Amino acid sequence: MFAQHFPVLPIVLPLIGAPVCMLLARSQLAWLFATLISGFSFFISIVLLLTTLDQGVLSYALGGWEPPWGIEMRVDVANALVLSVVTGLSTLVLVYAKQSIDKEIDRNQHTLFYTAHLLCLAGLSGILSTGDAFNLFVFLEISSLATYTLVSLASDRRALTAAFRYLVMGTIGATFILIGVGMMYMKTGTLNMLDLAARIAEYDSNRTLNTGLAFILIGVSIKLALFPLHMWLPPAYTHAPSAVSAFLAGTATKVAVYVMVRFIFTIYGAEYVFHEMGMDVILLVLAIVAIFNCSFVATVQSNVKTMLAYSSVAQIGYMILGISLVTSAGLMAGLLHIFNHALMKGALFMAVGAVLFRTGSADIKAYYGLGKRMPLTMAAFTIAGLSIIGVPLTAGFVSKWYLVTAALEQQHWLIAFLILTGSLLAIVYIGRVLEVAYFKEPADPTDTTIKEAPVLMLIPMWILVLANIYFGIDTSLSVSAADAASKWLFQPAADLGAVR
Amino acid sequence: MSFIVDYYNYWIVVFLMMAGFYIVISANNLVKKVVGLNIFQTSVFIMYISIGKVSGGSAPILADGITSYSNPLPHVLILTAIVVGVATTAVGLALIVRIKRAYGTVEENEFKDKDALI
Amino acid sequence: MAELIDLVLLGMLAITALRIIFLKDLFAVVMLFGIYSFLSALIFVNLDAVDVAFTEAAVGAGIATVLMLGTLALTGRKEKANSHTALLPLLVVIVTGAALIYGTLDMPPFGDPENPANQHVAPRYIEESPQEVGLPNMVTSVLASYRAFDTLGETAVVFAAAIGVLSLLGLPKQSQATIESGLKSHLVLRVVAKLIIPLILVFALYVQFHGDYGPGGGFQAGVIAAAAIILYALVFGLPLATQVIQPKLLKILASMGVLIYAATGVAGLFFGGNFLDYNVLASDPVAGQHIGIIVIEFGIGVTVFAAILSIFYGFASQAERANIQ
Repeated sequence: MFAQHFPVLPIVLPLIGAPVCMLLARSQLAWLFATLISGFSFFISIVLLLTTLDQGVLSYALGGWEPPWGIEMRVDVANALVLSVVTGLSTLVLVYAKQSIDKEIDRNQHTLFYTAHLLCLAGLSGILSTGDAFNLFVFLEISSLATYTLVSLASDRRALTAAFRYLVMGTIGATFILIGVGMMYMKTGTLNMLDLAARIAEYDSNRTLNTGLAFILIGVSIKLALFPLHMWLPPAYTHAPSAVSAFLAGTATKVAVYVMVRFIFTIYGAEYVFHEMGMDVILLVLAIVAIFNCSFVATVQSNVKTMLAYSSVAQIGYMILGISLVTSAGLMAGLLHIFNHALMKGALFMAVGAVLFRTGSADIKAYYGLGKRMPLTMAAFTIAGLSIIGVPLTAGFVSKWYLVTAALEQQHWLIAFLILTGSLLAIVYIGRVLEVAYFKEPADPTDTTIKEAPVLMLIPMWILVLANIYFGIDTSLSVSAADAASKWLFQPAADLGAVR
Repeated sequence: MSFIVDYYNYWIVVFLMMAGFYIVISANNLVKKVVGLNIFQTSVFIMYISIGKVSGGSAPILADGITSYSNPLPHVLILTAIVVGVATTAVGLALIVRIKRAYGTVEENEFKDKDALI
Repeated sequence: MAELIDLVLLGMLAITALRIIFLKDLFAVVMLFGIYSFLSALIFVNLDAVDVAFTEAAVGAGIATVLMLGTLALTGRKEKANSHTALLPLLVVIVTGAALIYGTLDMPPFGDPENPANQHVAPRYIEESPQEVGLPNMVTSVLASYRAFDTLGETAVVFAAAIGVLSLLGLPKQSQATIESGLKSHLVLRVVAKLIIPLILVFALYVQFHGDYGPGGGFQAGVIAAAAIILYALVFGLPLATQVIQPKLLKILASMGVLIYAATGVAGLFFGGNFLDYNVLASDPVAGQHIGIIVIEFGIGVTVFAAILSIFYGFASQAERANIQ
């Protein structure tokens, strides 16, 4: 009976769940409830992914008003894939969060944490599924406001300034997007993405539409922390509670990457953006600078969380690089990396959070000799770290492989070389941590309080680690989904409406 | 001349937007930054409402004897956007209050210096 | 004529904005922002957007300004001299502004009925919504029915803001009436406030239920009702206000409003429609629309009232705390 409503449920469930969570008031109950809601959304997302792989696109008219008059949810392979990543990671993080936030967040704020988490999830799902340009802005703001709250819940005072900086940058980004959407509306009279695509295609080149696109791309670039607009991200991820960093690193910026893909490919059309406006060159250069600059900055950080945050900005560079190759193969590699990066960064931030849980510090000094004291956590860190580097048999290898192949397909030898060199820097920053963990003696060998992390933190962490290995060996599921998604996005924008 | 009549509205709005944007990125005081954000956003709202204006039209509320109405859609969008704006402002100001308590200052360069000491 | 008024108002806005840039006295900056907001509300009236003007005046000039003043009371009213150079921001702004001006060059002319924006989607709202939805106020029809999902999101944003402020500032503890607060010595003010508060509350109810026919609706009503309690708190002190509307109740109300809205949407599913489809709520589609819109507007009103008031409580409790110290 409810199958036809599935496109809207991953948004509505957490949106209803958030106020219920607030009413529950007890920390344990709110945790259980939020986890269940998130898990159920994950289940629905997987069903959606399988359905769209099979049938193509699903359209859902809110309020029964047919688009473009009403708002439409439009789920296709591409956003169903990202949606599964977001809801899946959210569920794992919530399982993990129970003990993690016990330590990091004041006890009477636990319900607020779960409420904000669900709101953030609802916002992210909404951004992904919506087929309406203004609706996207609304959900963007729900997720952003919830995120500012989540970051500021940490007890460190630097979390406050990080959250404020994030708020200012995020609002500037959202306002830029608002300006862009207004310019699009001005020339087309519609807000529905499909309708926009059809009407924008009627213009050859238009100064208002070009400017609108530029503002949307800049606004989204702030949200996805594209170099050089990334300066809000490292402090926010460093000082946020560990569970929040794990969730945001794997989802928030990735959702923004998807929004960029959506505006470029399904609204304006790759032809227009890349050939008329020459955006591919700009994105390519920024992506490569991001990879090198931020990987290099990551190698000199003493705070492991900051290091991972800079690594995230560098990894976003790889995704943008894939998109800017302007081939189906490149886009597919970029989408695949969204999926794989969520697996590895989720696991890494969880491991760092576990260390913080036991030692109370995220500084690299706390990692001395941890290989023996927290063997399971450090093993998880090691495997996920190898995945970031791109060692064979891990998920990270698969996306790098496809990225390099996509570059070589276009005879871009230099780009392929740069991708591989970027991995060398990853060896350095991951290697530093592994070195002190396995080859250095602990600062205080008599300290017996530092032991393995609790089971409830280890289980979600290891699920992600095993997923890293599984998707590194058996690539059929992730690759076929990403491949179908990129083929779907790469058809001419005007054809996207053919399947209704 | 018709060129100016057609566009003067948007040009002034662009100026207003940029005034707000300038305050956001140049102000050192956090409260002033938030004021700047609000001016930036309010100016974007004026742009949207200008899109929906129809010369000689009236407010989009059905009434006898009126045949030309302005476009209600931008109005709806901006109603939503105003609310989003004030929500962001409230959270931003709450953060400022806490920053003041934690650092004793709301001037950006001053708390940057204080963090450097840790 | 309308164009002339528009030009004058825009000119005044430009002057206000320029003044704000150079002022160092933050109290004056915030007051000028209130003026800026009022002037834009006037522009909205002049451009036929009465609902928007109503909201801008209540929210921008009202709530936002009150919150900013509350913040200033805690953080101080002087901006220190800027030590870093303003050259880079100026450059960024000039480049952005130039891009925007470039973008205006292909814009459709201001006020032309033939503009694409007024041609494609909008005509249906104007011509058919009075029959399809059955309300004379087209803005309410679009807001609460055609684009009801946006509005659900908007309600969630308000709820999220309340969560954010609550987590940052907390709520005042009930009935610590021991502290001297409010304006006890201003007799005139106290009497006038007592007279005016019931009127404001009645007006809020009017705005709540008259939104279908004229400008107004749940959002504006919620803000006005909250303003009545805020006025009460300002004049008679926070402890008394928290006895009238308890902070705990606000948490429940803020959640309930969102739930009422969402439940209306879910009800559509059970009657065989899509999420937020009101046509199926009654045997006659237009009657169904009417039920749906009244219920969700009520939900918006409740959440907005509770959220705005709890945000104010959050700031006010910080101020009391600062006063004690």
